[in-house]
Amino acid sequence: MNRHSKVSTFFVLGLLLTAGLFVGCKGGKKAPVEKEDTAISFVLDHDAIMQDIEQAEKVFNALPSPVESAMLIKSAGAEYNEALLNPISNASSYVTNRAMALNLGVYTCDLSFSSMYEQTQLLIDYMNAAKKMADGLGILDAIAQEDIDRLEENINDSEVIMDIVSQTFMNSNSYLEENGQPATAAMVLLGGWIEGFYISTQLVNMDNFANDKLVGRIVDQKFSIDILLNLLADSRGNQAVDELIDQVNELKTVFDKVTVETSAPRPVYDEATQSTVIKSESKVNITKEVFNELTTTVSLIRNSFINP
Amino acid sequence: MKWTKIIPLTALIVLAFSTSAFGQCKAFAKKQCLPELGNYTHDGNYHAAVLVEGEEAELYKTFYSDMEYRVAIVGEDKLPAIEFSVMDANRNVLYSNKEHNYASTWDFRLEASQQLKLVIKVTKFNAADEMPANGCVSIMFGFKM
Repeated sequence: MNRHSKVSTFFVLGLLLTAGLFVGCKGGKKAPVEKEDTAISFVLDHDAIMQDIEQAEKVFNALPSPVESAMLIKSAGAEYNEALLNPISNASSYVTNRAMALNLGVYTCDLSFSSMYEQTQLLIDYMNAAKKMADGLGILDAIAQEDIDRLEENINDSEVIMDIVSQTFMNSNSYLEENGQPATAAMVLLGGWIEGFYISTQLVNMDNFANDKLVGRIVDQKFSIDILLNLLADSRGNQAVDELIDQVNELKTVFDKVTVETSAPRPVYDEATQSTVIKSESKVNITKEVFNELTTTVSLIRNSFINP
Repeated sequence: MKWTKIIPLTALIVLAFSTSAFGQCKAFAKKQCLPELGNYTHDGNYHAAVLVEGEEAELYKTFYSDMEYRVAIVGEDKLPAIEFSVMDANRNVLYSNKEHNYASTWDFRLEASQQLKLVIKVTKFNAADEMPANGCVSIMFGFKM
């Protein structure tokens, strides 16, 4: 190798290594330039970086997780109904990235729901169904066999079970986020959210509509619909996501018929619990007709997810 | 060395560096932020990013009435203090950790469900001539029934 080719080789290696560091950091705005790395990097424009930082803005759109959705259903006093869950037998029919992502969310919600109601055998089955979806998406070690073994060993300890469920869900969405698959991550979150929403609507006692706490929880989802649309909008251009945005917009159209008036929140520190209480009141207006419309719309969306 | 050997080798090195950087925040979040939730059940969601001194991030989330929440926001040790505030829909500040010695957690509950906005800011080290520090910042939520 002559001198010229050696210089070229090292130049290319250095350039690619530097590029690799930046790629690994998910975008120039957040480029983590370690001080010791500057020696092999190109000259950085300090002022330009500072200007970039001033303008930089990272936005997180946080949807209720499947664990939180299941907990909201239980805390509203709803009964458990296995017939509402997506049958495990459907798992083998999900072969596309879209179907597996949506149903990873769906099955994780069903798993959380089963966990909340201590349906021991069922939750292991749903953990396996979720694992099948995660494996299909190539999510490494999202749900390891040791998680399932630990689940079986602690089958009567609800705290450990919820801990395992939340950890496996975090493993999935962190893997997708950190490996440049935000569209798939968004679809997983959407699947879980829609499943929780669907189960809630099916469990409402229409004879006690005015006093059913679950109705309030369903109306609360109105606050999340824009967050959900913003989350999906980050992956606009992805065909599957574009179709999902249209479906969620149908739900938003119905939600626009529901009104929620909330008084200005006022924080008050509670010494007894050493926590802050955000005091405010809200007034909700939803008719049975609009509720039925919400139920129908979410059922159609959910069915399109589980029967692709 | 031939280019046919150099390119795959370089690609492998680049991939190794990239994967390491990608995985950096997840490991940090699990090790440093998750324990801050204490006896609250983690909701399972993952929010973490590499932020630079002075950089700001926002998070939007619906919080439900009568639930007890803990938010934990933790930055890597190499970063200066992480400041965060919680605002209502009209940008009224409900809580700022700056008034609580930059506490990493805040416990709260709401009487009425609503969407809140969290503004997270990496403060500055006051060293104008140096390259700004950067590192992972993780945000996690826990709840109690």
